[in-house]
Amino acid sequence: MNGTEGVRHPRGRDLPPEERERRLRRIWDPPRGILGALSVVDHKIIGRRYIATAFVFLALGGVLAALIRIQLATPEGRLLGPDVYNQVFTVHGANMMFLFAVPVMEAMGVYLVPLMIGTRNIAFPRLNAFSYWIYVAGGALLWIAFLLDFGPDVGWFGYVPLSGPQYGYGKRADIWAQMITFTELAALAVAVEIVVTVFKQRAPGMTLDRIPLFVWAMLVTSFLVIVAMPAIMIASSALILDRLVGTHFFNPAEGGDVLLFQHLFWFFGHPEVYIIFLPAVGMVSTMLSTFARRPVFGYLPLVMSLITIGVLSFGLWAHHMFTTGLPRVGESFFTASSMAIAVPAGVQIFCFIATLWLGRPVWRPPLLFVAAFVVTFTIGGLTGVMVASVPLDSQVHDTYFVVAHFHYVLVGGAVFPLMGAIYYWFPKMTGRMMSDRLGAWVAALVFVGFNLTFFPMHVLGLQGMPRRIYAYQPELPWGGLNLFVSLASIILFAGFLLFFVDVVRSAVRGAPAGDNPWNAPTLEWATTSPPPSYNFDGIPVVTSANPLWDDPETLPVATGLRVDRRELLVTSVQRAEPEARESSAGASIWPFLAAVATTVMLIGSIFSPWAVVWGSLPIAVALVGWFWPKGAPEDEA
Amino acid sequence: MSARRLVSLVLAAASCAACSPIQSALDPQSPQAESLHELFWLFVVVCSVVWLAVMASLTLALLRNRSTASEATAAGSRTPALAVGAAVVATVLIVAGLTIASFLATRSLATDGGGLVIKLRGYQWWWEATYPAEGVVTANEIHLPVGRPVRMELSAADVIHSFWVPQLQGKLDLIPGRDNAVTITVTKEGVYRGQCAEFCGLQHAHMGLIVVAEPPAAFDAWARAQAAVAAAPTEPEAQAGAALFQAKACSSCHAIRGTAASAKVGPDLTHVASRRSIAADVLPATRGAFAAWIVDPQTIKPGANMPAIALEPAELRALSAYMTALK
Amino acid sequence: MKQRPALDVGGLPLHGLGSASPTWWGTLAFMLIEGTGFALVIAVYLYLMSLAPAWPPEAPPPDLAAGTMVTALLLASVVPNLLLSRWAAAGDLRKVRFGVVLMTILSSAPLIVRAFEFAALNVSWDTNAYGSVVWLLLGLHTTHLLTDLVDTVVLAVLMFTRHARTSRRFGDVQDNALYWNFVVVTWLPIYVCIYWLARV
Ligand code: HEA
Ligand code: HEA
Ligand code: HEC
Ligand code: CUA
Ligand SMILES: [Cu+2]
Repeated sequence: MNGTEGVRHPRGRDLPPEERERRLRRIWDPPRGILGALSVVDHKIIGRRYIATAFVFLALGGVLAALIRIQLATPEGRLLGPDVYNQVFTVHGANMMFLFAVPVMEAMGVYLVPLMIGTRNIAFPRLNAFSYWIYVAGGALLWIAFLLDFGPDVGWFGYVPLSGPQYGYGKRADIWAQMITFTELAALAVAVEIVVTVFKQRAPGMTLDRIPLFVWAMLVTSFLVIVAMPAIMIASSALILDRLVGTHFFNPAEGGDVLLFQHLFWFFGHPEVYIIFLPAVGMVSTMLSTFARRPVFGYLPLVMSLITIGVLSFGLWAHHMFTTGLPRVGESFFTASSMAIAVPAGVQIFCFIATLWLGRPVWRPPLLFVAAFVVTFTIGGLTGVMVASVPLDSQVHDTYFVVAHFHYVLVGGAVFPLMGAIYYWFPKMTGRMMSDRLGAWVAALVFVGFNLTFFPMHVLGLQGMPRRIYAYQPELPWGGLNLFVSLASIILFAGFLLFFVDVVRSAVRGAPAGDNPWNAPTLEWATTSPPPSYNFDGIPVVTSANPLWDDPETLPVATGLRVDRRELLVTSVQRAEPEARESSAGASIWPFLAAVATTVMLIGSIFSPWAVVWGSLPIAVALVGWFWPKGAPEDEA
Repeated sequence: MSARRLVSLVLAAASCAACSPIQSALDPQSPQAESLHELFWLFVVVCSVVWLAVMASLTLALLRNRSTASEATAAGSRTPALAVGAAVVATVLIVAGLTIASFLATRSLATDGGGLVIKLRGYQWWWEATYPAEGVVTANEIHLPVGRPVRMELSAADVIHSFWVPQLQGKLDLIPGRDNAVTITVTKEGVYRGQCAEFCGLQHAHMGLIVVAEPPAAFDAWARAQAAVAAAPTEPEAQAGAALFQAKACSSCHAIRGTAASAKVGPDLTHVASRRSIAADVLPATRGAFAAWIVDPQTIKPGANMPAIALEPAELRALSAYMTALK
Repeated sequence: MKQRPALDVGGLPLHGLGSASPTWWGTLAFMLIEGTGFALVIAVYLYLMSLAPAWPPEAPPPDLAAGTMVTALLLASVVPNLLLSRWAAAGDLRKVRFGVVLMTILSSAPLIVRAFEFAALNVSWDTNAYGSVVWLLLGLHTTHLLTDLVDTVVLAVLMFTRHARTSRRFGDVQDNALYWNFVVVTWLPIYVCIYWLARV
């Protein structure tokens, strides 16, 4: 409550470095054992688990993609029946969007944001742990259901009435809806943490114009999550209510409306794609400046473009509904707003190219992925502009043209940067380098394989091939290109496989990395690789946007934090002036227990509304256990 | 212009060597589809130019002679700032242009209702077409008079479907509880294929639709024939089939006008043999195909809302003879 | 990297209040999430209303008494709530203890009346879409009343333990008070929707 109180406690400053490290370790190191592993609240451990889990889901989703491609390689494919095929593409889409793309971007934020802004842990570390467990539970729900042959089969956006009480058989659509609840809960939790971490825990001196661009991107993304996700929560909950207790939100016979579901879904669904894309823009900006050996060109325009895309993204949802027969004036508005996104997106691309122009590019693997990103994403963005045109979309909507568009932007625009980011930050996360040689191979295989796989899909769509068909008749002219696409995807799969191989190989015996192997300018490189449990011995003091380039030898630090409790620095929102020495919650099993209780309640509620009532009690108990002070030093003041 | 034609020809030719009714947006056969096709190529050209420009500047940036780089940095970032600014201005102009082009195209596509009305209703997984003025009820194959605007009134019986015949018009959804309508004018005789474009469940892949555009006289003849009740079969085998049809479960789902069967669960079969194909363009309308379909629809179209019905071989023969007689 | 001390933060307080507290910002963020949720459900209400030929369809509008009473109770609770927040800011434990107990009572009262509101809707959730959406609106808000009540009760108990006398706890009380204000404020548009839009 007041400054003098702290004087009694030991401070890092007064101790010799080894002793300081020992004490910091004692309070920050995660607890041991299985129980300890379930109690961890260290953002780096959780972030790493999150990332690893998301990549497992990528591989699993990729396996489903392989099934799709085998099935479609020839007319009247016999590998999968319609029922299984519908589950396969639904789970592929839902898995890729909800269990891979969104979580992996959030996870990169969980790992990197606290390091990049120079703090010791993320805000609300226990919420972070809770979020991870909820995410795992949601993923398990989807995949277990799928393996038991009651996976959702209604497409990743689960349109009613197909997913409604009359046509969605069994519990399949409920699994889809509830899986969304899980992942949204997890994403919302992380979004709140990131917003507060960025607002309140930046290193002293990190004013708004010194925030790394990746952190800006995560901040904007988190706001998108906060404003967009409630819409899908309402859509999926209303769907479950329609299915379980007989409400009529989407039932036209009783005053409900089928398109209401689509409006709600896409009010979330469109921002969702930028939730995936904006962090990737942040990654590209960061890597680009490191490998072009100069600050990124146009910091301010880039920040403005991130924010503009964020704001605009809420005005585009109906461009997914151009063929539903909305009023024509409204449709034209959505065409205009969709196309307007090309302007901030263009600003980004142009600034990236200008950065390369002005810099001296160093060809390490991350830059290869950045180049692949620019080439590929621009194609995807331009086909986005094409489908944004109402009349044009009336021909290509729901065809493979759209499938091509969104894989170009998702894989080219988000997965390529992400793979580059893994090459870039892997040394920080593990202390070991990945292979330059394999990296070049991965980039080449994935780039070539991707374009050969997905470019022909544009043509297929124009030739009339609808999406989501499990088979097509031999008389239809699609056989040749489909075979080509399926064969080309082998190259793509090989590239991904090699990537996984490189990750595993490097984790075991990559070359030691050192603190700052790329000579990068941002704060995460100011600490050891991997960073200690407390991230920074002394909290960095920031005087410019590229602190490590100003002075690669010594780091100005703030002293005076205690070493007998988890303590970090809270600073003001705008100017990052120190305001308080806030404590940071320690390890606890309660978030795990709360997640288990929540899981039981959410899964139970698929079967009976009473599960909500009875399931809430254990949740309440777990939450009280979570927040009840235990008299730890962290509870002081 | 000619290069463009060539590309689309090659694309269309590569895609369709033999099959008669093709289904491709690259081969427009109506004024509406034609103008969509024009718009499409406009976008392709503009976007290709933009992409090439971006790639050119990327390549230049990467391959630039670095010895001058230091000077450029020293001179400040004025030149790139100007270039970026110019590119942004160009982007604004281009997307504004494309927006206006789309808007104008939408406007030009809008046509008012014509004389002929067809009510098209989507079912899992077949189409019912009703011509109220002509008194025609049919399924999975619609006929249109060339040159006359036709107002298609779209509705759905169960889930969302989407009406799409790429050579004729962009798609429009059939939505339960909502009424959509689109007017098309077909100017060329021909047989066109369409397919349901909105995912609608198990057999979404097999929900084809045939559109036959014919001269008005031929259309009128067709409509008259379709409006008539079914002729009583003359052959003994077909007669046996007719009796079986009433006795077995068939009549609880299908209607054959002129007989007691009047159920509306499945397609109206009054003139089923006059169609080019059955089961939403899955099988040809031949006697063998009828037999195959009736004996085991679930293998041909797994999940279809017609059950396999236990039949003796003789009964099957009789039923398929009857179906084949329903011209 | 070598370190060079550049700033001593040893003199800073161990916990900040208001905008200096991460928890406060966290509360705001959650309010933004839930506020968006409420706004969207209201949008759903208006959307369905715009489609319906008559509103409410085939049902009399909700009876005003219970809902208006809840509104009055909620509004009345704002004053003691603000006082409580001020006492917490001043760190006056005695008054805060009184305040949390009072607020426990004051936030249970509307919940009790709320039970009668559901009956006063004159429509069931499974009658039609109108019924579904008014039940959803009311249910969603009731959930917030309920969770905040549980929060307040736990906090009240906590304020009578040895953990009470810390600035952290007083911060919690302030955040809880902030959240209650939010629950009250969000009720007003919902009240107008459910009770008055069904009468125009
Ligand atoms: C990362 C994900 C991502 C991103 C970034 C985008 C970006 C864009 N998308 Fe895409 N989109 C999806 C993911 C994404 N999309 C998904 C998943 C779907 C399908 C969902 C489903 O149905 O399953 C979809 C579907 C979709 C549709 C619906 C199509 C349909 O169903 O019929 C539309 C329509 O307007 C659209 C438009 C756009 C536009 C205008 C952009 C713009 O943001 C693109 C802007 C970028 C550029 C334009 C390139 C860079 C700019 C320049 C180099 C400047 C010069 C440019 C010009 C002069 C034009 N998208
Ligand atoms: C980020 C999102 C994302 C990603 C990365 C991908 C990746 C791929 N997608 Fe997917 N896709 C979607 C999102 C995504 N997709 C969505 C949203 C839909 C719409 C669903 C719907 O309609 O509802 C869709 C639909 C979709 C379809 C259309 C299905 C249909 O309409 O019927 C097809 C068809 O070819 C396809 C193919 C592929 C392929 C070949 C890849 C490849 O890039 C995959 C690359 C391979 C891997 C990533 C795995 C490699 C790993 C290994 C080889 C190791 C395996 C071993 C272990 C298990 C350890 N996708
Ligand atoms: C339970 C309802 C049901 C019964 C019983 C039934 N059918 Fe069908 N039938 C359908 C449906 C539904 C379709 C459309 C299937 C599709 O294309 O997906 C259909 C399609 C057909 C078709 C193809 C029609 C066309 O226009 O493409 C024929 C022919 C046919 N049925 C004949 C029969 C005969 C003969 C029997 C009795 C032995 C029979 N049906 C019994 C529901 C039924
Ligand atoms: Cu009907 Cu797809
Ligand atoms: Cu979109």
